[in-house]
Amino acid sequence: MSKLSVPVRKFDAVIVGAGGSGLRAAIQLSEAGLKTAVLSKVFPTRSHTVAAQGGVSASLGNSEEDHWHWHMYDTVKGSDWLGDQDAIEYMCRKAPEVVVELEHFGMPFDRTDEGKIYQRPFGGHMSNFGEKPVRRACAAADRTGHAMLHALYQRNVRANTQFFVEWMALDLIRDQSGQVLGVIALEMETGEVVAFHSKATVFATGGAGRIYYSSTNAFINTGDGLGMAARAGIALEDMEFWQFHPTGVAGAGVLITEGVRGEGGILRNSTNERFMERYAPNAKDLASRDVVSRAMVTEINEGRGCGPNKDFVLLDITHLDPATIMKRLPGIREISIQFAGIDPIKAPIPVVPTCHYQMGGVPTNYKGQVVGDDGAPVRGFYAAGEVACASVHGANRLGTNSLLDLLVFGKASGDTVIDDLRSGEIGLRDLPADFADRTLARLNRLNTQTGGASVNECRLELQRTMQKHCGVFRFKDMLVEGVAKIVEVEKAAAHTEIKDKSQVWNTARVEALELDNLVEVAKATMVSAEARKESRGAHVRDDAPDTPANPNGRDDVNWHKHTLWHREGNRLSYKPVIMKPLSVETIALKTRSY
Amino acid sequence: MDDREKLNRLRWRCTRRAMLEMDLLLGEFLERVYPTLSPAQADAFVTMADMEDLELWPLVNGNREPDDPVQAEVLALLRNVRVK
Repeated sequence: MSKLSVPVRKFDAVIVGAGGSGLRAAIQLSEAGLKTAVLSKVFPTRSHTVAAQGGVSASLGNSEEDHWHWHMYDTVKGSDWLGDQDAIEYMCRKAPEVVVELEHFGMPFDRTDEGKIYQRPFGGHMSNFGEKPVRRACAAADRTGHAMLHALYQRNVRANTQFFVEWMALDLIRDQSGQVLGVIALEMETGEVVAFHSKATVFATGGAGRIYYSSTNAFINTGDGLGMAARAGIALEDMEFWQFHPTGVAGAGVLITEGVRGEGGILRNSTNERFMERYAPNAKDLASRDVVSRAMVTEINEGRGCGPNKDFVLLDITHLDPATIMKRLPGIREISIQFAGIDPIKAPIPVVPTCHYQMGGVPTNYKGQVVGDDGAPVRGFYAAGEVACASVHGANRLGTNSLLDLLVFGKASGDTVIDDLRSGEIGLRDLPADFADRTLARLNRLNTQTGGASVNECRLELQRTMQKHCGVFRFKDMLVEGVAKIVEVEKAAAHTEIKDKSQVWNTARVEALELDNLVEVAKATMVSAEARKESRGAHVRDDAPDTPANPNGRDDVNWHKHTLWHREGNRLSYKPVIMKPLSVETIALKTRSY
Repeated sequence: MDDREKLNRLRWRCTRRAMLEMDLLLGEFLERVYPTLSPAQADAFVTMADMEDLELWPLVNGNREPDDPVQAEVLALLRNVRVK
């Protein structure tokens, strides 16, 4: 295909991704009368936002006194002081407004007897600056994400948002000045490549949890927005920070709830030892998430893992009364049978620490504008949700702040697009002559490649490398080796071969294109993690231990700063954390302890 | 749309879902069991693959039963899938 044959469609705004943040942004734009296109690899209500069950936080104070400033404190503390305090203040102040709006869009929140939105307690939610737990999480049973997507989708239908379903965005279009002019996308049903030429482009593509071998993320989370941004010369921020859960089914990644250990489940290594007794003599298997995860990884790294590759440990509930398992943990028995092929009444469940959420992403300010290396907005480019790094989650995300992030920054990015259009800051500019060259070269390479590596094998190698070298607990030498290995994976991925060269519904091609994005995210993560010589939040290194000078291994003198990974040259730079909130006093650095 | 195209579209809809659990189960089913289905069962599976995850999940877990007898046959096979 030559670039002459790439059709161009014009819009005021193009949004890539139809999960919570994309749909929320689209409402602002469509209701303002802008011609808005939303591109999605799947039907909107199949986005991964569905998997968010816990709730969305807002200091509504429906059950007891609460304040956005307390929510802000919890978020800053949760972020291990790496979050930007202007964005965190903005998000926490906006939370009540966006939650009530969502209620008006038809979200079926659980209610109190008086008909108010019911609020429940959640880990890390405290009143009066960390004093005691507060009920701040709003939920719709255990289907909060699902209900939210449905409410937002219906509102978009009403507002005439134009959806392009089963389309994959491939690359960002930028001109010489760096302004973003839209995206190039592939329609799966036809194989057609189309330019979406727009005044504003909003990335809402979600996270990239599939870079890990063990991940709770659905297969769709391949970091397409991150890959596109990196290829277009946008640096990625704080990519070393990933939230992990200690017990995912080895291989599958499906979550085994912490309740299993609560009911008496015991972690064992290859010698059948209850190893948590060594790491946490009192709490044992009920120690905190990070302590359990670290112990599991240490056992595996020291050769006491189980299975032919010694790469998992066992979660044992065989000593429990089968009646208790059937009664208290029925879902876990089904999950173990379906996804581990074992009945936990008879045999222990293979588990590993499992990737769950990406804190880093495309750097944005609190208005949803993507910011470049100079700190100035990249004209025409916006991002919200897990793909973006505002940064409100910093080094670790507070529970229920992910759904809040979607609503607040989805809406903010939409509002900022409208402002930028009105002020004349952005407008439709001519496409550069070579706008499709890079994308077409990538597609052409795939169509003509022979004798190359298999996409599946490459992806597996990438995922295993990330899991082993850059998992929940990190080691200096493993990280150094990991950087070299991920560069090797990148080389192989540049020569992947697909056997199917057809146009229509060529899923092999789409998977190869997804792999390109995973490669960018994996490199960013590994290189950023290797360089950060401290422990902070979710980034925990063996060689940055807890000392009086650096509690929990955190080194504020040298490392209280954001990482920026640049694809060109595979290099890093750093920028300061924004410590000045919008209207209140700075929440000063302090040791993070719960 | 030819058979390859239909199968690929189904593969996409089975393996790019909202929940990891459903990606894994439906993907495995598609590779191992789907080729052995009768035409009526295959149609029923396509219909089920078009359901949303939170509709399909209770059916797979046995918390709900389908009204359609052919869907029930397919579901019995789906419930037996083991992802390794």
